[in-house]
Amino acid sequence: MDFGLMARIFPFFLEAALVTIELSLLSLALGLTVAAVITMFRLSRLRTLRAIGTLYVSLMRGTPCLIQLFILYFGGPQIGINLSPFAAGAIGLGMNIGAYMAEAMRGAILAVDRGQTEAARVLGFSRFETMRIVVLPQAAKLMIRPLGVNAVALVKGTALVSTISVVDLTYTAQRFIGSTYKPFEIFAVAAILYMAMIYALSKVVDFLDRRYAAA
Amino acid sequence: MQGLDFSVVSSYLDIIWVGVWWTATITVSASLVSVLGGILLAVAVLHGPSALRYPMRLFSWIFMGTPLLLQLYLIYFGLVQIGIDIPALAAGIIGLGLHFAVYNADILRAGITAVDMGQTEGARTLGFSRLQTLRYVIVPQALLNTAPPIGGNLIALLKESAIVSVIGVTELVHSAQLAISETYRPFEFYVIAAVLYYVLNLALEGILKVIETRVEATR
Amino acid sequence: MNAASKFAGANDRPMVQVIDAHKSFGAFEILKGINLSVNKGQIVAIIGPSGSGKSTLLRSINHLEALNKGEVWVDGIQVNRPLTGHAFEQHINSVRQRMGMVFQHFNLFPHMTVGENVTVGPIKLRKMPAARARDLAMELLGKVGLQDKYDAYPSRLSGGQKQRVAIARALAMEPSVMLFDEATSALDPELVDEVNLVMKQLASEHMTMIIVTHEMRFASEVADRVLFMDGGIVVEEGPPSEIFSNPRMDRTRTFLKKHLAG
Repeated sequence: MDFGLMARIFPFFLEAALVTIELSLLSLALGLTVAAVITMFRLSRLRTLRAIGTLYVSLMRGTPCLIQLFILYFGGPQIGINLSPFAAGAIGLGMNIGAYMAEAMRGAILAVDRGQTEAARVLGFSRFETMRIVVLPQAAKLMIRPLGVNAVALVKGTALVSTISVVDLTYTAQRFIGSTYKPFEIFAVAAILYMAMIYALSKVVDFLDRRYAAA
Repeated sequence: MQGLDFSVVSSYLDIIWVGVWWTATITVSASLVSVLGGILLAVAVLHGPSALRYPMRLFSWIFMGTPLLLQLYLIYFGLVQIGIDIPALAAGIIGLGLHFAVYNADILRAGITAVDMGQTEGARTLGFSRLQTLRYVIVPQALLNTAPPIGGNLIALLKESAIVSVIGVTELVHSAQLAISETYRPFEFYVIAAVLYYVLNLALEGILKVIETRVEATR
Repeated sequence: MNAASKFAGANDRPMVQVIDAHKSFGAFEILKGINLSVNKGQIVAIIGPSGSGKSTLLRSINHLEALNKGEVWVDGIQVNRPLTGHAFEQHINSVRQRMGMVFQHFNLFPHMTVGENVTVGPIKLRKMPAARARDLAMELLGKVGLQDKYDAYPSRLSGGQKQRVAIARALAMEPSVMLFDEATSALDPELVDEVNLVMKQLASEHMTMIIVTHEMRFASEVADRVLFMDGGIVVEEGPPSEIFSNPRMDRTRTFLKKHLAG
């Protein structure tokens, strides 16, 4: 191992890691929003909304995220959508992970005992109030872990944006492998940074889980 | 904005068909690597000598903590570095297979642990060795019990296989890229590729469902 | 019991009226034309084997089960009015506020304290100021003997205590009728009496009650009238003295022989 090289390239990787972090946070926020909307659609009484929600989840989960990014970034201009690589990456990743997060949310909501809904409904609460006051507070606790798993997958998934020329951690690693011919050293530096991010994220999830789910 | 024209696709059906075929082949091959590798990893971590256990743990930990794309670069460019020149296709299958082997091993480890201790005792009293017990009694049961989550991983593997196009492996995405380089119609060809992945995904889900039903029927 | 209230209500419309109720789950017909009338202040116990439709009947009274045919009236309002969409939603929410329901498995809200469980309805639905809701909850919790548990979470309570809280929660909406769906079935035997005691106290205050139960002794002590259901129909009904000591129908006799022996 060429530790000297690793030390020299580290600053460049740190900078690239910031791009990865930024991208992760943005697409996480978008993903959670998309997931919340899709979950609302799927629990709606209106058949059309339910169908849209189901179709969205099925399409996004049934096709590769890479292809989705390519359609958005390379195909977008053909239908009048011109996005920068970074924007296409954040939107593509967010819309993709949103489908998976919607599954997690729906699973958690359905896991809340039916008796809870019945008890709220017989008191006279509307469907919406029942969801807001009784079901969601309980489901939120059940969501923390599965959403955390999705968030970790998202951080690793951000590597895909390197294929649409976003200068993230993986793009930088690929460039340095090409110029230094030291793949193991380069991999080690990138891996340390990815694993540090994922470790930090899992600590946040643990904290949230202990704080809210244990009660 | 040039407008959409899906009719151009018809001239490239041959190339696309080749891509579908290779995506299916890569998925099946990498699935086999991932399941066999998963069994070996799980057994090694649970029952292997401790000299083997800790490197295996480290290996799993690194593979679960880094992106598949990065791992593919390491395998494709790294093996050449130490004198092993393998074609992109092999690197892609090994990379995909190992990546999911680690996830399968995680599931199988729990599955093996969950198989009744009584099963081990029963087999050992029959005269089976430790390895034979694992081979004939424990692992088959663990595989049956973990069929649904492992199936889930294989479905993920199919979709992740798109990534091997990045190291130049011929498959569906690569075919689409070839056609796009001649027609400059990325939207049409990537959408077609997406549709075909969706169909492959449905087919794989169907096959896994049949397998799961068979598995259920054996109990 | 409750003779006075029965006479007082004799000229009024019944508090609860079920007319020709039919309900099927798929091909299985669980209610085959049930009629039921409960006057204000009356206490009706419904008994019968499991699968007889007694729980379904009770649940259809507040529309947890929608009838395929028939009408349900509570306090002069039709529960299953032929409305759709938002209009029905509004209607059912308001009519449900007039009914209290107690479930076999309590269904307390685990993320709320006992006090919050009892006050959430009055505060959110009846727009009661928090301070007044608290007083009301304290009064009701006092009635069921659990004032000291106001700030406890349901997970800290025994089954009997949970069910008493559930009763207080239902009473906080000041319902005109209380529905009990096997309220003591999920309880350990030594905890049954504390819940039965609360129900008897409600009975003595002339609360209109419909009680689905498998406890024959309790039914005979508390009910003005007993319905025996089997196979989706009311096989026999009458005052407990008649049903329990002198049943007319064979099916009732067979059922009682099995359930009174123990």
